[in-house]
Amino acid sequence: MNESLFINIIIGISIASVPLMFAAIGELLVERSGVLNLGVEGMMIVGALLGFVVMSHTQNPYLAVLSAMLGGMAIASIFAFLTQFLLTNQVATGLALTLFGLGFAAFAGRGYTEETIQLITAVPIPYLSNIPYLGPLLFSFNPLVYLAFFMVYLVWWFLFRTKQGLILRAIGDNHDAAHAIGHNVVRYRVMAILFGGAMAGIGGAFLSLVQVPIWGEGMTAGRGWIALGLVVFASWQPFRIIFGAILFGGITILQIHAQGLNINVSAQYLSMLPYLATIVILVSLRMRLKNKTNRTVPNCLGRIFHSTT
Amino acid sequence: MIRLIPRVENSTAMVLLSPLLALTLTALSAYLIFVFILVDIPVSSVFFTLFVEPLIDSYYFSELLVKAAPLMIIGLGLSIGFRAGIWNIGAEGQFVMGGIAGSAVGLYFYNVEAFWLLPLMTIAGILGGMFYAGIAAFLRIKYQVNEILVTLMLTYVAVLFLSAMLQGPLRNPSGFNFPESRIFHDSAMLPIIWEGTRLHIGLIVAIILSLVAWFGIKKHMFGMQIKISGSAPRAAKFAGFDDNKTVWYSLLISGGLAGLAGLFEAAGPAGQLTPGLPQFYGFTAIIVAFLARLHPVGVLFSALLIALSYVGGENVQIEYNLPSSITQIFQGMLLFYFLACDILIKYKVVLFKTKN
Repeated sequence: MNESLFINIIIGISIASVPLMFAAIGELLVERSGVLNLGVEGMMIVGALLGFVVMSHTQNPYLAVLSAMLGGMAIASIFAFLTQFLLTNQVATGLALTLFGLGFAAFAGRGYTEETIQLITAVPIPYLSNIPYLGPLLFSFNPLVYLAFFMVYLVWWFLFRTKQGLILRAIGDNHDAAHAIGHNVVRYRVMAILFGGAMAGIGGAFLSLVQVPIWGEGMTAGRGWIALGLVVFASWQPFRIIFGAILFGGITILQIHAQGLNINVSAQYLSMLPYLATIVILVSLRMRLKNKTNRTVPNCLGRIFHSTT
Repeated sequence: MIRLIPRVENSTAMVLLSPLLALTLTALSAYLIFVFILVDIPVSSVFFTLFVEPLIDSYYFSELLVKAAPLMIIGLGLSIGFRAGIWNIGAEGQFVMGGIAGSAVGLYFYNVEAFWLLPLMTIAGILGGMFYAGIAAFLRIKYQVNEILVTLMLTYVAVLFLSAMLQGPLRNPSGFNFPESRIFHDSAMLPIIWEGTRLHIGLIVAIILSLVAWFGIKKHMFGMQIKISGSAPRAAKFAGFDDNKTVWYSLLISGGLAGLAGLFEAAGPAGQLTPGLPQFYGFTAIIVAFLARLHPVGVLFSALLIALSYVGGENVQIEYNLPSSITQIFQGMLLFYFLACDILIKYKVVLFKTKN
């Protein structure tokens, strides 16, 4: 195969999979704490909008990414307040968050649909990127790509190598017991939800700051929901998120290249691939597990916690 | 400090008051958002266009009913499924599939004018929606795959499928390559029940269905089964209720009704199959179902309320050049406040001083 085409495909896959990686690793931590937040799509679109708006006004990529994070957190805080303090149904609240986020972003972003911005471009690491073969493959990506991998590692490290991570997992598995031995269930969950919002925000911003230099309403196109599927696919294990996200990125790129190669299938059918793949992968995962129950599902996922003491 | 103390019994007063409180809070927040964003337009006139005009103008009122009908039908199906704890979030996809299936039948018999055409299309629409939701039921039962994700992914697929159909087999052969179907004949169109408007028989169907569902849930064993499966799954198991049956029924009913609404939209206001068939009704119906507290008759009223925001949103878009997405903001906020206010039913809010 042509070497530069190969590298282009790798870069394409990385760009298609990173938004999913961010959103999914955030949601993974949230679900590990026992909370199911279906508002990922809404938090992503708010991140995409805020990142774009700040970039177009300041031309400062750091500020843009930071505000996307804060935007995701801000809208996640609505979910945190409602589910943790007012004990609302998490499924309904998450859906409301998605609907609200999509509406809010479309409304607030109506003046930006004609604008374009300067994309955040790849930064080849000096010296290392000059190594033949390995250089372009490993050391020439967008900085946010490295950040995504690092966040996956960080979440794994937090969950399985720190005391707080252990407490968070315990809360996710049995909030009553965790509460009984004196841990603050609500505080941990609120923190987790905010972290999830920040990650979804960056994931959304990646779409409008790295993938395409424009803003459009509904530009997340279901990626938030695919990220939710990825968490299930990963069986709540952080590193499997990387694998899953790359798989989805690959399918997306396959679809784009198939269109370029004039394969005689309507564009619509090819565009269905990522969505159908999500279903196929979830099914095949279950077929592999067969009758074994999935022991990694946090026991308290989606359940409401209210302490009477 | 504020604390929540569980009530011994649900408060009846709060069951009625909390929706009003939620509405008031939504209106207040909407007001604040408008004041913040709309600098040069008087907020009170936007409010008038948004919430009052659709109620006093007879044309807008008929449009409100046109939009309420699909919301009622879909919301009704979802409320049954949600009661059982089956989260069909992809009614939008089933709506589209019902529209495609029913329209395909109508277009196949394009040269036929007969009384049986519309009923046949209706059946095809229902079956289309049922089939699509059935996929999720099958995968959940056979492979324990979460129905939320499956129904959602299939929604994106359905919208793409609609577009493929309209560029392929269902495209109007003499339509200059526009991705639209032929326009239906009169015998493939729903009868109009209010002369001079687009209001069709779907509204009456919705009201009848809701009464049937209410009666069914109250009197029939199945109503008991879905209620218990949703609120106490373990008890349902001990009672010998068939879990799989609950999943199948919930998804087939909600899918079939969404499909029916889709066909009604194509054979009603649209009069043909266009890429504009999906209008977010499937998602909005989720809000409708929750606002009705999953009650089949309550759905009728919450659908009217949400339809008001749709029509008002469109009018605001035309008159003040604002995006119709403010409708979604309004609906999202309404659901937030509604869910939040419901805490007053089960809990007492008590203020007391901290001891230290």
